Amino acid sequence: MKFGVVISEGPYTHQAADSAFHFVKSAIAKGHEVPRVFFYHDGVNVATRLSVPPQDERNIQENWSALAKEHGVDLVVCIAAAQRRGILDDNEAKRQGKDASNIAEGFRISGLGQLIEMGIQTDRLVTFGD
Amino acid sequence: MSEVKKFLYVNRKAPYGTIYALEALEVVLIGAAFDQDVSLAFLDDGVFQLTKGQNTDGIGVKNFSPTFRALGDYEVTKLFVEQESLDERGLTTDDLQEVTYEDEDDDWAEKPSIRVVSRAEMADIMANQDVVLSF
Repeated sequence: MKFGVVISEGPYTHQAADSAFHFVKSAIAKGHEVPRVFFYHDGVNVATRLSVPPQDERNIQENWSALAKEHGVDLVVCIAAAQRRGILDDNEAKRQGKDASNIAEGFRISGLGQLIEMGIQTDRLVTFGD
Repeated sequence: MSEVKKFLYVNRKAPYGTIYALEALEVVLIGAAFDQDVSLAFLDDGVFQLTKGQNTDGIGVKNFSPTFRALGDYEVTKLFVEQESLDERGLTTDDLQEVTYEDEDDDWAEKPSIRVVSRAEMADIMANQDVVLSF
């Protein structure tokens, strides 16, 4: 089966990004496809490469970046939600006149259309949030 | 992408206090460009999103409630409101703003977009969807 995944809560405050990670990993291990994960609301904060959690804790961003690299999962961060919360790639930083970008490897910033498209193209859409 | 799916956006939270309602509406507006079969559901505190006379001057955030009246222009014409959620909050349909659309199959007659349904009917509506996005 082809799953689309939405993450709508921020990392560490909420379990959503962890649960989604375990779900995606397990689904792929079982032979399912997860072509895309869409980060919305505070979920976009998963994508910052500047978080530095304590060494004995899981690093949520690194978990996702590794999963994207290993399995080719498309990690899409909503541009409107990202701009509100200060998640920028190089292009956006330049366009908005900001002095730095912070998006982590494996994530890309794009529009809400990617969420709708994922809903159309997958068999099931699973949301992790409140 | 010729396939048409049934999309339901479920609005459960109050319009202000958290950003969920506003960002849900942003998804609906973008999603309208994809020519899918779109419905919105309002239940729990989500029914407050459609109340009339909203004024956010005192809290310094944008009042986005007028945007609901523009949904008809985006061919988003099915706004289901749960009766029990209204009752539980002491609201009636008189407390809701008027949202209408022009029905192209009926000589562009202006019709109400808001339909109040029971909890049981809402369950059926949800069960009939392909994609449910809950906010």
